[in-house]
Amino acid sequence: MSAIWQILQDQLVPFMDAMVMTLKLTSVSLSLAVVIGLVVALLKLSRHRPLNWIANVYIGLIRGTPLIVQLMFLYFGISRVVVLSSFWAGSLALAVHCGAYVAEIFRGAIQSIDKGQMEAARSLGVSHWKAMRLVILPQALRIAIPPLGNQFIIGLKDSSLVAYLGVMELFGAALSAQAENFQPFQTYMAVGLYYLVLVLIFTLIVNWLERRLDKANAGRALDTRMQRMQSA
Amino acid sequence: MIRVCNVCNLHKYFGVIHVLKGINLEVMEREVVVLIGPSGSGKSTLLRCLNFLELAQEGEIELFGRSVDPRRDRLDKVRERVGMVFQQFNLFPHMTVLENVTMAPISLKKEKSKAEARASARQLLDRVGLANKAGSYPSQLSGGQQQRVAIARALAMNPEIMLFDEITSALDPELVGEVLQVMKDLAESGMTMIVVTHEMGFAREVANRVLMIDDGLIIEDATPEKLFSQPSHERTQRFLSQVL
Repeated sequence: MSAIWQILQDQLVPFMDAMVMTLKLTSVSLSLAVVIGLVVALLKLSRHRPLNWIANVYIGLIRGTPLIVQLMFLYFGISRVVVLSSFWAGSLALAVHCGAYVAEIFRGAIQSIDKGQMEAARSLGVSHWKAMRLVILPQALRIAIPPLGNQFIIGLKDSSLVAYLGVMELFGAALSAQAENFQPFQTYMAVGLYYLVLVLIFTLIVNWLERRLDKANAGRALDTRMQRMQSA
Repeated sequence: MIRVCNVCNLHKYFGVIHVLKGINLEVMEREVVVLIGPSGSGKSTLLRCLNFLELAQEGEIELFGRSVDPRRDRLDKVRERVGMVFQQFNLFPHMTVLENVTMAPISLKKEKSKAEARASARQLLDRVGLANKAGSYPSQLSGGQQQRVAIARALAMNPEIMLFDEITSALDPELVGEVLQVMKDLAESGMTMIVVTHEMGFAREVANRVLMIDDGLIIEDATPEKLFSQPSHERTQRFLSQVL
Protein backbone atom coordinates (compact mmCIF):
# COMPACT_ATOMS: atom_id res chain seq x y z
CA MET A 1 0.00 0.00 0.00
CA SER A 2 2.79 2.40 0.89
CA ALA A 3 4.40 1.60 -2.44
CA ILE A 4 1.29 2.83 -4.25
CA TRP A 5 1.28 5.97 -2.14
CA GLN A 6 4.95 6.46 -3.04
CA ILE A 7 4.20 6.13 -6.73
CA LEU A 8 1.27 8.52 -6.51
CA GLN A 9 3.61 11.05 -4.94
CA ASP A 10 6.55 10.45 -7.27
CA GLN A 11 4.37 10.54 -10.36
CA LEU A 12 2.13 13.40 -9.27
CA VAL A 13 3.28 15.84 -11.93
CA PRO A 14 3.49 13.42 -14.86
CA PHE A 15 0.18 11.78 -13.91
CA MET A 16 -1.52 15.14 -13.50
CA ASP A 17 -0.23 16.26 -16.90
CA ALA A 18 -1.37 12.93 -18.30
CA MET A 19 -4.79 13.35 -16.72
CA VAL A 20 -5.18 16.70 -18.44
CA MET A 21 -4.27 14.98 -21.69
CA THR A 22 -6.84 12.25 -21.04
CA LEU A 23 -9.50 14.87 -20.39
CA LYS A 24 -8.55 16.73 -23.57
CA LEU A 25 -8.64 13.53 -25.62
CA THR A 26 -11.97 12.58 -24.12
CA SER A 27 -13.67 15.92 -24.56
CA VAL A 28 -12.46 16.42 -28.13
CA SER A 29 -13.32 12.89 -29.19
CA LEU A 30 -16.69 12.81 -27.47
CA SER A 31 -17.74 16.19 -28.87
CA LEU A 32 -16.87 14.94 -32.34
CA ALA A 33 -18.63 11.66 -31.58
CA VAL A 34 -21.85 13.51 -30.77
CA VAL A 35 -21.72 15.30 -34.13
CA ILE A 36 -20.93 12.07 -35.99
CA GLY A 37 -23.58 10.22 -34.01
CA LEU A 38 -26.26 12.75 -34.82
CA VAL A 39 -25.46 12.77 -38.53
CA VAL A 40 -25.32 8.97 -38.74
CA ALA A 41 -28.55 8.61 -36.75
CA LEU A 42 -30.28 10.91 -39.24
CA LEU A 43 -28.77 8.97 -42.15
CA LYS A 44 -30.06 5.78 -40.65
CA LEU A 45 -33.55 7.24 -40.24
CA SER A 46 -33.55 8.77 -43.70
CA ARG A 47 -36.04 7.63 -46.32
CA HIS A 48 -33.24 7.25 -48.83
CA ARG A 49 -31.93 3.72 -49.03
CA PRO A 50 -28.31 4.55 -49.96
CA LEU A 51 -28.02 6.78 -46.88
CA ASN A 52 -29.36 4.01 -44.62
CA TRP A 53 -26.88 1.71 -46.22
CA ILE A 54 -23.93 4.04 -45.51
CA ALA A 55 -24.99 4.34 -41.86
CA ASN A 56 -25.43 0.58 -41.51
CA VAL A 57 -22.03 -0.20 -43.01
CA TYR A 58 -20.34 2.33 -40.74
CA ILE A 59 -22.04 1.06 -37.59
CA GLY A 60 -21.49 -2.55 -38.60
CA LEU A 61 -17.76 -2.06 -39.21
CA ILE A 62 -17.21 -0.17 -35.97
CA ARG A 63 -19.20 -2.56 -33.83
CA GLY A 64 -17.66 -5.57 -35.50
CA THR A 65 -13.99 -4.77 -34.97
CA PRO A 66 -11.90 -4.09 -31.84
CA LEU A 67 -11.15 -0.49 -30.93
CA ILE A 68 -7.40 -1.10 -30.85
CA VAL A 69 -7.52 -2.36 -34.43
CA GLN A 70 -9.51 0.69 -35.49
CA LEU A 71 -7.04 2.98 -33.73
CA MET A 72 -4.05 1.45 -35.47
CA PHE A 73 -5.81 1.23 -38.80
CA LEU A 74 -6.92 4.86 -38.71
CA TYR A 75 -3.61 6.10 -37.33
CA PHE A 76 -1.54 4.47 -40.02
CA GLY A 77 -4.25 5.01 -42.63
CA ILE A 78 -4.61 8.69 -41.93
CA SER A 79 -0.88 9.31 -41.64
CA ARG A 80 -0.44 7.98 -45.17
CA VAL A 81 -2.56 10.84 -46.51
CA VAL A 82 -2.04 13.71 -44.09
CA VAL A 83 0.42 14.28 -41.31
CA LEU A 84 -1.49 14.38 -38.05
CA SER A 85 -0.17 14.53 -34.52
CA SER A 86 -0.83 11.37 -32.58
CA PHE A 87 -3.20 13.38 -30.39
CA TRP A 88 -5.43 14.29 -33.33
CA ALA A 89 -5.16 10.88 -34.93
CA GLY A 90 -6.17 9.34 -31.60
CA SER A 91 -9.01 11.80 -31.05
CA LEU A 92 -10.41 11.23 -34.52
CA ALA A 93 -10.18 7.48 -34.19
CA LEU A 94 -11.92 7.55 -30.79
CA ALA A 95 -14.58 9.85 -32.21
CA VAL A 96 -15.22 7.58 -35.18
CA HIS A 97 -15.48 4.63 -32.82
CA CYS A 98 -17.69 6.24 -30.22
CA GLY A 99 -19.81 7.94 -32.93
CA ALA A 100 -21.26 4.61 -33.99
CA TYR A 101 -22.58 3.92 -30.50
CA VAL A 102 -23.81 7.48 -30.06
CA ALA A 103 -25.62 7.14 -33.40
CA GLU A 104 -27.54 4.14 -32.10
CA ILE A 105 -28.42 6.03 -28.92
CA PHE A 106 -29.72 9.00 -30.89
CA ARG A 107 -31.61 6.78 -33.31
CA GLY A 108 -33.36 5.04 -30.45
CA ALA A 109 -34.21 8.33 -28.76
CA ILE A 110 -35.56 9.89 -31.97
CA GLN A 111 -37.63 6.82 -32.77
CA SER A 112 -39.11 6.86 -29.27
CA ILE A 113 -40.75 10.24 -29.94
CA ASP A 114 -44.40 9.80 -30.90
CA LYS A 115 -44.82 10.17 -34.65
CA GLY A 116 -47.75 12.50 -34.04
CA GLN A 117 -45.18 15.14 -33.11
CA MET A 118 -43.67 15.13 -36.57
CA GLU A 119 -47.12 14.99 -38.19
CA ALA A 120 -48.35 17.94 -36.16
CA ALA A 121 -45.33 20.00 -37.18
CA ARG A 122 -45.63 18.97 -40.84
CA SER A 123 -49.36 19.76 -40.86
CA LEU A 124 -48.45 23.35 -40.00
CA GLY A 125 -46.30 23.61 -43.10
CA VAL A 126 -43.00 23.18 -41.29
CA SER A 127 -40.38 21.28 -43.28
CA HIS A 128 -39.04 17.90 -42.20
CA TRP A 129 -35.69 19.31 -41.13
CA LYS A 130 -37.11 22.26 -39.25
CA ALA A 131 -39.50 19.93 -37.44
CA MET A 132 -36.56 17.68 -36.61
CA ARG A 133 -34.58 20.57 -35.20
CA LEU A 134 -37.34 22.39 -33.33
CA VAL A 135 -39.64 19.57 -32.25
CA ILE A 136 -38.06 16.12 -32.36
CA LEU A 137 -34.41 16.62 -31.39
CA PRO A 138 -34.97 18.70 -28.23
CA GLN A 139 -37.24 15.95 -26.93
CA ALA A 140 -34.96 13.14 -28.10
CA LEU A 141 -31.94 14.72 -26.43
CA ARG A 142 -33.58 14.52 -23.03
CA ILE A 143 -34.26 10.85 -23.50
CA ALA A 144 -30.72 10.27 -24.75
CA ILE A 145 -28.92 11.78 -21.76
CA PRO A 146 -28.71 8.71 -19.48
CA PRO A 147 -27.42 6.32 -22.17
CA LEU A 148 -25.13 9.06 -23.51
CA GLY A 149 -23.61 9.48 -20.04
CA ASN A 150 -22.95 5.77 -19.96
CA GLN A 151 -21.35 5.87 -23.39
CA PHE A 152 -19.20 8.83 -22.37
CA ILE A 153 -17.81 6.87 -19.41
CA ILE A 154 -16.88 4.09 -21.80
CA GLY A 155 -15.26 6.71 -24.07
CA LEU A 156 -13.23 8.10 -21.19
CA LYS A 157 -11.84 4.69 -20.38
CA ASP A 158 -11.31 3.76 -24.03
CA SER A 159 -9.08 6.80 -24.42
CA SER A 160 -6.42 4.79 -22.56
CA LEU A 161 -5.79 2.78 -25.73
CA VAL A 162 -4.48 5.91 -27.45
CA ALA A 163 -1.34 5.40 -25.36
CA TYR A 164 -0.32 2.91 -28.05
CA LEU A 165 -0.16 5.77 -30.54
CA GLY A 166 2.38 7.45 -28.28
CA VAL A 167 0.06 9.95 -26.63
CA MET A 168 1.12 10.72 -23.06
CA GLU A 169 -2.27 10.35 -21.46
CA LEU A 170 -2.85 8.51 -18.17
CA PHE A 171 -2.21 5.02 -19.38
CA GLY A 172 0.75 6.15 -21.45
CA ALA A 173 2.23 7.82 -18.39
CA ALA A 174 1.76 4.60 -16.44
CA LEU A 175 3.44 2.60 -19.19
CA SER A 176 6.53 4.74 -19.08
CA ALA A 177 6.55 5.09 -15.27
CA GLN A 178 6.52 1.33 -14.68
CA ALA A 179 9.34 0.93 -17.20
CA GLU A 180 11.43 3.16 -14.97
CA ASN A 181 10.43 2.08 -11.48
CA PHE A 182 10.00 -1.66 -12.18
CA GLN A 183 6.82 -1.70 -10.09
CA PRO A 184 4.14 -2.43 -12.71
CA PHE A 185 1.59 -3.77 -10.23
CA GLN A 186 1.59 -0.68 -8.05
CA THR A 187 1.90 1.72 -10.97
CA TYR A 188 -1.10 0.32 -12.80
CA MET A 189 -3.07 0.31 -9.59
CA ALA A 190 -2.19 3.97 -9.09
CA VAL A 191 -3.30 4.89 -12.59
CA GLY A 192 -6.44 2.83 -12.10
CA LEU A 193 -7.27 5.06 -9.15
CA TYR A 194 -7.01 8.12 -11.40
CA TYR A 195 -9.49 6.60 -13.84
CA LEU A 196 -11.78 5.56 -11.02
CA VAL A 197 -11.89 9.08 -9.61
CA LEU A 198 -12.49 10.61 -13.05
CA VAL A 199 -15.35 8.20 -13.76
CA LEU A 200 -16.87 8.82 -10.34
CA ILE A 201 -16.82 12.58 -10.87
CA PHE A 202 -18.30 12.12 -14.31
CA THR A 203 -21.04 9.84 -12.95
CA LEU A 204 -21.93 12.46 -10.37
CA ILE A 205 -22.25 15.09 -13.09
CA VAL A 206 -24.50 12.86 -15.21
CA ASN A 207 -26.65 11.95 -12.22
CA TRP A 208 -26.99 15.59 -11.31
CA LEU A 209 -28.01 16.43 -14.89
CA GLU A 210 -30.58 13.63 -14.93
CA ARG A 211 -32.02 14.70 -11.61
CA ARG A 212 -32.26 18.26 -12.80
CA LEU A 213 -34.20 17.19 -15.89
CA ASP A 214 -36.40 14.90 -13.82
CA LYS A 215 -37.04 17.68 -11.39
CA ALA A 216 -37.97 20.05 -14.19
CA ASN A 217 -40.52 17.49 -15.39
CA ALA A 218 -41.69 16.51 -11.93
CA GLY A 219 -42.06 20.17 -11.01
CA ARG A 220 -44.37 20.66 -13.93
CA ALA A 221 -46.45 17.65 -12.99
CA LEU A 222 -46.71 18.95 -9.43
CA ASP A 223 -47.77 22.39 -10.67
CA THR A 224 -50.52 20.70 -12.66
CA ARG A 225 -51.86 18.87 -9.65
CA MET A 226 -51.80 22.04 -7.57
CA GLN A 227 -53.57 23.98 -10.30
CA ARG A 228 -56.23 21.33 -10.63
CA MET A 229 -56.71 21.32 -6.87
CA GLN A 230 -57.06 25.07 -6.85
CA SER A 231 -59.51 25.14 -9.72
CA ALA A 232 -61.54 22.29 -8.18
CA MET B 1 -69.31 30.44 -54.19
CA ILE B 2 -65.64 29.58 -54.25
CA ARG B 3 -64.63 25.95 -54.24
CA VAL B 4 -61.95 25.32 -51.62
CA CYS B 5 -61.42 21.64 -52.12
CA ASN B 6 -62.30 19.11 -54.77
CA VAL B 7 -61.44 15.46 -54.56
CA CYS B 8 -61.81 13.26 -57.60
CA ASN B 9 -61.82 9.47 -57.60
CA LEU B 10 -59.34 9.14 -54.74
CA HIS B 11 -57.89 5.70 -54.04
CA LYS B 12 -55.63 4.87 -51.13
CA TYR B 13 -54.00 1.53 -50.37
CA PHE B 14 -52.05 0.51 -47.29
CA GLY B 15 -50.16 -2.41 -48.73
CA VAL B 16 -52.85 -4.71 -50.09
CA ILE B 17 -55.63 -3.08 -48.07
CA HIS B 18 -57.80 -0.85 -50.21
CA VAL B 19 -58.86 1.91 -47.78
CA LEU B 20 -60.31 4.60 -50.02
CA LYS B 21 -62.13 3.23 -53.04
CA GLY B 22 -62.81 6.24 -55.21
CA ILE B 23 -63.77 9.22 -53.08
CA ASN B 24 -65.39 12.24 -54.71
CA LEU B 25 -65.86 15.30 -52.55
CA GLU B 26 -66.41 18.98 -53.19
CA VAL B 27 -66.22 21.54 -50.39
CA MET B 28 -67.18 25.18 -50.83
CA GLU B 29 -65.94 28.16 -48.93
CA ARG B 30 -67.54 28.61 -45.47
CA GLU B 31 -69.01 25.15 -45.62
CA VAL B 32 -68.92 22.80 -42.63
CA VAL B 33 -68.81 19.20 -43.77
CA VAL B 34 -69.05 16.43 -41.21
CA LEU B 35 -67.81 12.93 -42.00
CA ILE B 36 -69.39 10.07 -40.13
CA GLY B 37 -69.03 6.35 -40.47
CA PRO B 38 -67.89 3.23 -38.67
CA SER B 39 -64.30 2.88 -37.53
CA GLY B 40 -62.01 1.68 -40.27
CA SER B 41 -64.25 3.14 -42.95
CA GLY B 42 -61.52 5.55 -44.13
CA LYS B 43 -62.69 8.88 -42.61
CA SER B 44 -59.37 9.70 -41.00
CA THR B 45 -57.40 8.48 -43.99
CA LEU B 46 -59.40 10.76 -46.26
CA LEU B 47 -58.69 13.71 -43.99
CA ARG B 48 -54.99 12.87 -43.86
CA CYS B 49 -54.88 12.63 -47.64
CA LEU B 50 -56.24 16.15 -47.89
CA ASN B 51 -53.10 17.65 -46.35
CA PHE B 52 -50.88 14.94 -47.80
CA LEU B 53 -49.83 13.31 -44.53
CA GLU B 54 -50.89 10.26 -46.53
CA LEU B 55 -50.33 10.15 -50.26
CA ALA B 56 -53.12 8.62 -52.28
CA GLN B 57 -52.09 6.28 -55.09
CA GLU B 58 -54.80 7.31 -57.49
CA GLY B 59 -57.07 10.26 -58.08
CA GLU B 60 -56.84 14.00 -57.89
CA ILE B 61 -56.96 16.54 -55.10
CA GLU B 62 -57.62 20.15 -55.96
CA LEU B 63 -57.12 22.76 -53.27
CA PHE B 64 -57.79 26.49 -53.62
CA GLY B 65 -58.42 26.14 -57.31
CA ARG B 66 -55.25 24.26 -58.16
CA SER B 67 -54.68 20.58 -58.61
CA VAL B 68 -51.92 19.44 -56.25
CA ASP B 69 -49.28 17.06 -57.49
CA PRO B 70 -47.42 15.65 -54.46
CA ARG B 71 -44.35 14.87 -56.54
CA ARG B 72 -43.95 18.34 -58.03
CA ASP B 73 -45.63 20.84 -55.73
CA ARG B 74 -44.16 22.04 -52.47
CA LEU B 75 -46.48 20.34 -50.02
CA ASP B 76 -45.29 22.53 -47.14
CA LYS B 77 -46.80 25.52 -48.97
CA VAL B 78 -50.10 23.70 -49.37
CA ARG B 79 -50.12 22.58 -45.75
CA GLU B 80 -49.66 26.15 -44.55
CA ARG B 81 -53.15 26.83 -45.87
CA VAL B 82 -54.73 23.65 -44.49
CA GLY B 83 -55.02 23.51 -40.71
CA MET B 84 -55.33 20.19 -38.93
CA VAL B 85 -56.23 19.16 -35.39
CA PHE B 86 -55.59 15.60 -34.22
CA GLN B 87 -57.33 13.21 -31.87
CA GLN B 88 -54.22 12.98 -29.67
CA PHE B 89 -53.63 16.77 -29.52
CA ASN B 90 -49.95 16.29 -30.44
CA LEU B 91 -48.88 19.44 -28.65
CA PHE B 92 -45.14 19.91 -28.33
CA PRO B 93 -44.48 19.00 -24.68
CA HIS B 94 -41.17 20.85 -24.39
CA MET B 95 -42.70 24.18 -25.40
CA THR B 96 -45.03 26.48 -23.52
CA VAL B 97 -48.54 27.02 -24.82
CA LEU B 98 -47.47 30.29 -26.43
CA GLU B 99 -44.42 28.67 -28.02
CA ASN B 100 -46.61 25.89 -29.37
CA VAL B 101 -48.79 28.46 -31.11
CA THR B 102 -45.95 30.66 -32.40
CA MET B 103 -43.56 27.88 -33.49
CA ALA B 104 -44.81 27.62 -37.07
CA PRO B 105 -45.56 31.32 -37.73
CA ILE B 106 -42.15 32.36 -36.39
CA SER B 107 -40.08 29.67 -38.08
CA LEU B 108 -41.93 30.18 -41.38
CA LYS B 109 -41.87 33.97 -41.02
CA LYS B 110 -45.62 34.23 -41.38
CA GLU B 111 -45.71 37.42 -39.32
CA LYS B 112 -43.49 40.45 -39.69
CA SER B 113 -41.76 39.99 -36.34
CA LYS B 114 -41.64 37.63 -33.40
CA ALA B 115 -43.43 40.21 -31.31
CA GLU B 116 -46.29 40.33 -33.81
CA ALA B 117 -46.46 36.54 -33.95
CA ARG B 118 -46.73 36.48 -30.16
CA ALA B 119 -49.40 39.15 -30.18
CA SER B 120 -51.53 37.24 -32.69
CA ALA B 121 -50.94 34.04 -30.77
CA ARG B 122 -52.23 35.69 -27.60
CA GLN B 123 -55.32 36.83 -29.50
CA LEU B 124 -55.93 33.27 -30.67
CA LEU B 125 -55.48 31.92 -27.17
CA ASP B 126 -57.97 34.47 -25.99
CA ARG B 127 -60.35 33.30 -28.68
CA VAL B 128 -60.18 29.71 -27.42
CA GLY B 129 -60.51 30.91 -23.84
CA LEU B 130 -56.95 30.24 -22.73
CA ALA B 131 -55.40 33.70 -22.55
CA ASN B 132 -54.18 33.00 -19.02
CA LYS B 133 -52.39 29.77 -19.98
CA ALA B 134 -49.83 31.22 -22.39
CA GLY B 135 -46.90 30.40 -20.10
CA SER B 136 -48.07 26.93 -19.08
CA TYR B 137 -46.72 23.68 -20.45
CA PRO B 138 -49.10 21.22 -22.14
CA SER B 139 -48.67 18.73 -19.29
CA GLN B 140 -50.18 21.32 -16.94
CA LEU B 141 -53.41 21.51 -18.94
CA SER B 142 -56.51 19.34 -19.04
CA GLY B 143 -57.27 17.44 -22.22
CA GLY B 144 -59.89 19.95 -23.27
CA GLN B 145 -57.49 22.84 -22.74
CA GLN B 146 -54.77 21.02 -24.67
CA GLN B 147 -57.10 20.44 -27.57
CA ARG B 148 -58.09 24.10 -27.60
CA VAL B 149 -54.40 25.05 -27.72
CA ALA B 150 -54.03 22.66 -30.66
CA ILE B 151 -56.85 24.49 -32.43
CA ALA B 152 -55.19 27.85 -31.73
CA ARG B 153 -51.90 26.45 -33.00
CA ALA B 154 -53.50 25.39 -36.29
CA LEU B 155 -55.28 28.74 -36.64
CA ALA B 156 -52.00 30.61 -36.14
CA MET B 157 -51.01 29.82 -39.72
CA ASN B 158 -54.20 31.51 -40.89
CA PRO B 159 -55.47 28.47 -42.79
CA GLU B 160 -58.25 28.66 -45.33
CA ILE B 161 -59.66 25.28 -44.40
CA MET B 162 -59.53 23.32 -41.15
CA LEU B 163 -59.51 19.54 -40.81
CA PHE B 164 -60.62 18.03 -37.50
CA ASP B 165 -59.79 14.37 -36.95
CA GLU B 166 -62.00 13.05 -34.13
CA ILE B 167 -60.70 15.76 -31.88
CA THR B 168 -63.04 15.03 -28.95
CA SER B 169 -62.63 11.25 -28.96
CA ALA B 170 -59.70 11.20 -26.50
CA LEU B 171 -61.35 13.58 -24.05
CA ASP B 172 -63.11 12.92 -20.79
CA PRO B 173 -66.86 13.37 -21.38
CA GLU B 174 -67.10 16.53 -19.29
CA LEU B 175 -64.42 18.22 -21.41
CA VAL B 176 -66.01 17.56 -24.80
CA GLY B 177 -68.37 20.53 -24.61
CA GLU B 178 -65.71 23.23 -24.35
CA VAL B 179 -63.93 21.92 -27.44
CA LEU B 180 -67.13 21.60 -29.45
CA GLN B 181 -68.00 25.17 -28.47
CA VAL B 182 -64.70 26.42 -29.93
CA MET B 183 -65.43 24.53 -33.15
CA LYS B 184 -68.92 25.96 -33.26
CA ASP B 185 -67.59 29.51 -32.85
CA LEU B 186 -65.08 28.83 -35.58
CA ALA B 187 -67.82 27.60 -37.91
CA GLU B 188 -69.89 30.70 -37.18
CA SER B 189 -66.90 32.90 -38.01
CA GLY B 190 -67.06 31.46 -41.51
CA MET B 191 -64.20 28.95 -41.47
CA THR B 192 -64.38 26.17 -44.01
CA MET B 193 -64.24 22.93 -42.05
CA ILE B 194 -64.13 19.20 -42.62
CA VAL B 195 -64.90 17.40 -39.38
CA VAL B 196 -64.59 13.72 -38.60
CA THR B 197 -66.59 13.12 -35.45
CA HIS B 198 -68.87 10.82 -33.54
CA GLU B 199 -70.65 13.79 -31.96
CA MET B 200 -73.95 13.54 -33.79
CA GLY B 201 -75.37 16.49 -31.86
CA PHE B 202 -72.59 18.68 -33.24
CA ALA B 203 -73.19 17.37 -36.75
CA ARG B 204 -76.90 18.07 -36.53
CA GLU B 205 -76.41 21.56 -35.17
CA VAL B 206 -73.38 22.89 -37.06
CA ALA B 207 -72.92 20.93 -40.28
CA ASN B 208 -74.12 22.13 -43.65
CA ARG B 209 -73.64 18.65 -45.02
CA VAL B 210 -73.11 15.28 -43.45
CA LEU B 211 -71.33 12.57 -45.38
CA MET B 212 -71.63 8.92 -44.49
CA ILE B 213 -68.53 6.91 -45.35
CA ASP B 214 -68.55 3.16 -45.38
CA ASP B 215 -65.86 0.82 -46.60
CA GLY B 216 -63.88 3.55 -48.39
CA LEU B 217 -66.78 5.14 -50.22
CA ILE B 218 -69.06 8.08 -49.55
CA ILE B 219 -72.43 6.39 -49.57
CA GLU B 220 -74.56 9.32 -48.57
CA ASP B 221 -74.20 13.09 -48.78
CA ALA B 222 -77.08 15.12 -47.39
CA THR B 223 -78.10 17.93 -45.08
CA PRO B 224 -78.10 16.90 -41.42
CA GLU B 225 -81.91 17.16 -41.27
CA LYS B 226 -82.34 14.80 -44.16
CA LEU B 227 -79.57 12.38 -43.19
CA PHE B 228 -80.57 12.00 -39.57
CA SER B 229 -84.34 11.87 -40.05
CA GLN B 230 -84.63 9.86 -43.25
CA PRO B 231 -81.32 8.32 -44.30
CA SER B 232 -81.69 6.91 -47.77
CA HIS B 233 -79.10 4.18 -47.41
CA GLU B 234 -79.76 1.09 -45.33
CA ARG B 235 -76.13 1.10 -44.08
CA THR B 236 -76.57 4.66 -42.77
CA GLN B 237 -79.74 3.66 -40.95
CA ARG B 238 -77.96 0.79 -39.30
CA PHE B 239 -74.97 2.97 -38.31
CA LEU B 240 -77.17 5.72 -36.90
CA SER B 241 -79.26 3.28 -34.91
CA GLN B 242 -76.03 2.05 -33.31
CA VAL B 243 -74.62 5.47 -32.38
CA LEU B 244 -77.69 7.51 -31.57
